[in-house]
Amino acid sequence: MSTTESIPEQKPASAAQSGGGENLLEVNGLQMHFPIRQGILFQRQIGAVRAVDGIDFAVKPGESLGLVGESGCGKSTTGRLVTRLLEPTAGSIRFDGEDITHKPVTKMRTARQQLQMIFQDPYSSLNPRHTVGTIIETPMRLNGINPEQGHKKRAQELLEIVGLNPEHYNRYPNEFSGGQRQRIGIARALALKPKLIVADEPVSALDVSIQAQVVNLLQSLQEEMGIAFLFIAHDLAVVRHFSQRVAVMYLGKIVEVGNREDIYARPRHPYTHALLSAVPEADPDGGDRERIRLAGDVPSPINPPSGCRFRTRCWKAQEKCATEEPPLVQISGNSAGHLTACHFPEEPSITSRDEDVVLDPALAALEESAGSGAAAESSTGEADKAATPEKSEKATDKD
Amino acid sequence: MFRYLIRRLLAAAVVIVVISLITFVIFFALPSNPALLACGKTCSPSRLAEIKHSLGLDQSLATQYWNFAKGIVAGRTFGDNSVVVQCSAPCLGISFASDTPVFQTLMQDFPVDLSLALGSAVIFLIVGVGLGVLAAVRKGRLADKLSVGFALLGVSLMPFFLGLVLLWAFVDKWQLLPAPGYTPITQDPVAWFEGLILPWATLVILFLAMYTRLSRSSMLEVLSEDYIRTARAKGLPRRTVILKHGLRAAITPIVTIFGMDFGYLIGGTAVITESVFGLNGIGKLAVDSVTNFDLPTILATTLFAAVAIVLANVVVDIVYGLIDPRVRLA
Amino acid sequence: MAIELSPQTADGTVPSTFLDVRDLRVHFPTEDGLVKSVDGVSFALEKGKTLGIVGESGSGKSVTSLALLGLHKGTRAQVSGEVWLDGNELVGLSEAEMRALRGEKVSMIFQDPLSALHPFYTVGNQIAEAYMVHHKVSKKEAKERAVEMLKRVGIPQPDRRVSDYPHQFSGGMRQRAMIAMSLVCNPELLIADEPTTALDVTVQAQILDLIADLQEEYGSAVIIITHDLGVVSQVADDILVMYGGRRIEYGSAREVLKHPEHPYTWGLLQSMPSLTGDVHAKLNPIKGTPPSLINLPSGCAFNPRCAFKDRVPDGRCTTERPELRPMAGNEKHIAACHLADEEKAEIRGTRDKTDRLAK
Repeated sequence: MSTTESIPEQKPASAAQSGGGENLLEVNGLQMHFPIRQGILFQRQIGAVRAVDGIDFAVKPGESLGLVGESGCGKSTTGRLVTRLLEPTAGSIRFDGEDITHKPVTKMRTARQQLQMIFQDPYSSLNPRHTVGTIIETPMRLNGINPEQGHKKRAQELLEIVGLNPEHYNRYPNEFSGGQRQRIGIARALALKPKLIVADEPVSALDVSIQAQVVNLLQSLQEEMGIAFLFIAHDLAVVRHFSQRVAVMYLGKIVEVGNREDIYARPRHPYTHALLSAVPEADPDGGDRERIRLAGDVPSPINPPSGCRFRTRCWKAQEKCATEEPPLVQISGNSAGHLTACHFPEEPSITSRDEDVVLDPALAALEESAGSGAAAESSTGEADKAATPEKSEKATDKD
Repeated sequence: MFRYLIRRLLAAAVVIVVISLITFVIFFALPSNPALLACGKTCSPSRLAEIKHSLGLDQSLATQYWNFAKGIVAGRTFGDNSVVVQCSAPCLGISFASDTPVFQTLMQDFPVDLSLALGSAVIFLIVGVGLGVLAAVRKGRLADKLSVGFALLGVSLMPFFLGLVLLWAFVDKWQLLPAPGYTPITQDPVAWFEGLILPWATLVILFLAMYTRLSRSSMLEVLSEDYIRTARAKGLPRRTVILKHGLRAAITPIVTIFGMDFGYLIGGTAVITESVFGLNGIGKLAVDSVTNFDLPTILATTLFAAVAIVLANVVVDIVYGLIDPRVRLA
Repeated sequence: MAIELSPQTADGTVPSTFLDVRDLRVHFPTEDGLVKSVDGVSFALEKGKTLGIVGESGSGKSVTSLALLGLHKGTRAQVSGEVWLDGNELVGLSEAEMRALRGEKVSMIFQDPLSALHPFYTVGNQIAEAYMVHHKVSKKEAKERAVEMLKRVGIPQPDRRVSDYPHQFSGGMRQRAMIAMSLVCNPELLIADEPTTALDVTVQAQILDLIADLQEEYGSAVIIITHDLGVVSQVADDILVMYGGRRIEYGSAREVLKHPEHPYTWGLLQSMPSLTGDVHAKLNPIKGTPPSLINLPSGCAFNPRCAFKDRVPDGRCTTERPELRPMAGNEKHIAACHLADEEKAEIRGTRDKTDRLAK
């Protein structure tokens, strides 16, 4: 693999990113390879799941960086690496000036308190045998934080901040709904006055009407307390709403990063285009958006495609894409800080194009037969033909 | 599947070696002196030393285990000049009580336990799972309550009580059956069958309860799965939904427990049933060897039971692979 | 289009529409009380059209779909009302009669294809089984049909993948296999219960388009059940919004999304972040949580969460259950809200103003 080459190649990119002001969090060349072992008596490593494969990004104080991508792109792994729940294979993580890449959590002085995490599942992330009060106070006690007003008062204050009744201090998590539990998780994270919160899909398990409540809460925390966020989510609309900067991940790599406006209005990477075009909008008149329908699913991160990882699902892929990995750089026409890893970038617009991009063989066949009634009979034959070129790629997602 | 099988077998072999090592150390490293036991009540020091030597007890523990292990594979000769006892492979030692190779005795008694285990297992498995499925499908209704109540009754009866009651009723009072006993099936299949009816019945009643409850709860869980709903949504008949889609999935936990139980039964753990009906099985052999301090036999029966259980578990793993493609293709 | 006013009486007359659901109720007796999961729901659907049923967890949308398939038969659920499908009433059918229709005339796509497909049987086996139960064909013919269906839904190398097990498929392919299975008998009514919730967004787009394209080809009627207004907006002709087991708004997709009439629908739309709107405007969530179905609030079930109940005189929102009534200027758009049209217009006016100010 070209990982050793790709890291120095991307260095200038990360420098460009961190151009303005001190970074709170700085991640360089971060890698997480989960070994796959096999063997009859002795297990030997036969490969690795390249969950995160050399990424660079930075988060400034008080800023929210959104990390979006589909399942298996490595966004959650990245969050776990940053919070030191996983040991990275390579790369470095600096938090508040301290290199925490390989530091055991117990040895981290500031990071341990100031870097907190909110989890996706509000049901399994709270200990059901502890009261809400205990859940919120424990991190304070463990870190020797003794607020002036006392632990209990502080916990009740936090409950109030996250919009819960302070009198519920003595209740147990099972007495709360999903949205309320997520608020408890947020209160727990706030207890240590963090500078950065890594929020891993914090609202995706919640009902639509509750989602907005939690997003608003997080937003006001960010604004009022100046907390920076690494906001990991698959929902592009939520990320757009919450994050000033957004990084798009695909198969363990960041393929595009930039300001919210750059990513959502002037994306250059074909994958970003595909992602945005796939989001269903509750607007019957939203018809002037481009329509891109990819074929198949994300390939396996065990054996990612050579060169550009998106090429197997890309409509612009050429030979160069297979042989040369595109660097994450500011391509011409982009504003500063808007980096794209693509040899053949798209136009910076998401409005509809002359022709839809429909790569899915079944869709293409059905739409063709619907378009020309006479061709209806040959529709299955067309589907067959369309399916052929991607056979070799499809085999990979079998495992 | 092949790779999976090999791995399971290798693991089983390792477990068996470890078990043999542990049992060996426990029995021969204990403060009780085996030579003294073998020597009998009137024992002179010279005779003791002789026996010690002939049993190999004057050697280091490691050598002793090595000889023991070698004996299993290649056979072994005890004593040197005066008395020579040949113990052909697989040699598990010579019984202190009967002076015959233990393995021989074990093999004599084994068919008793195998007959007991096989016969009862076939019945309690089929009837137990059947009742369990019925109970699950008719959850909360009369059939469910009856089968659960029946199961509870069975599990609360002790085999010595139940066995004696059955004996009294069927043999003494109504004289419907001959006195239970073991006749080899090769000799007289009818006598084999008749002699084992009551022991089987006892074991069946004992195990049936557990299997009914187990399959009921397993089936209930499966019936609430999404894929059962899908099967119904396809328009499959109820019978197909329950038997093809439900039972196949529900059987997995039952197979696990069954493998364990079957191993136990074959290994001679049905000792109370054996003694109530006067059957000379491995259970009885083990109990007798303990009362007689017949160390080689104790060791052999323990090891035998362990091997039976381990092998049963290997079979369970294989069956697992056959039932569940996710295991096979992992 | 047959938008029906509530309560549509279950009078037993044979309707002319393809699917006509009248006053459907599904109640579950539990130890804590009677759970009214579906409480008087009516709707109608023609062939070739798509109805989106929208609601949050506990709104009764999934229970409704199971009732259409008659899957509550043989359980404790008490089902009443009428479901007319192509001139036949389904609620009164015996299990055996209903079974003959399941998969053949009405079929269903479930939410999580990994748990909805049997882990121990191959994908092909499961599709072939669905075909064989309604058609007298040999195993070989059924398998060929399965391969054909897999090809149709875009599974590459269908002749090989047909012998794979569900766990060997990716999430998107599993859902395609599920679609293949539900379409194998050319059903006239297809119910998709959160068909894309477990999928990634690019795969979701493929699957939604696939369902729409296949519907066009087969001409079937489709019901899509979802919590996501974005999804219905893409595929639905009509939208039915459910809350606490009742319908609260029903109309054409365009009307409901463009001119929502019920405060709950307003809330749903305003709490959704979008890709194009003003990023700096705060989301406008609905306060509180969905209600318990055992103890629905009296009057309008939405009243504890409604920001506008003070605008209705005499506290009617808490005492009187609002009837579904047609909206001004559009007979086919109905909503169950006590708010007077003038009040709504005023609320809309202020909302538009704030929207504009925010921009």
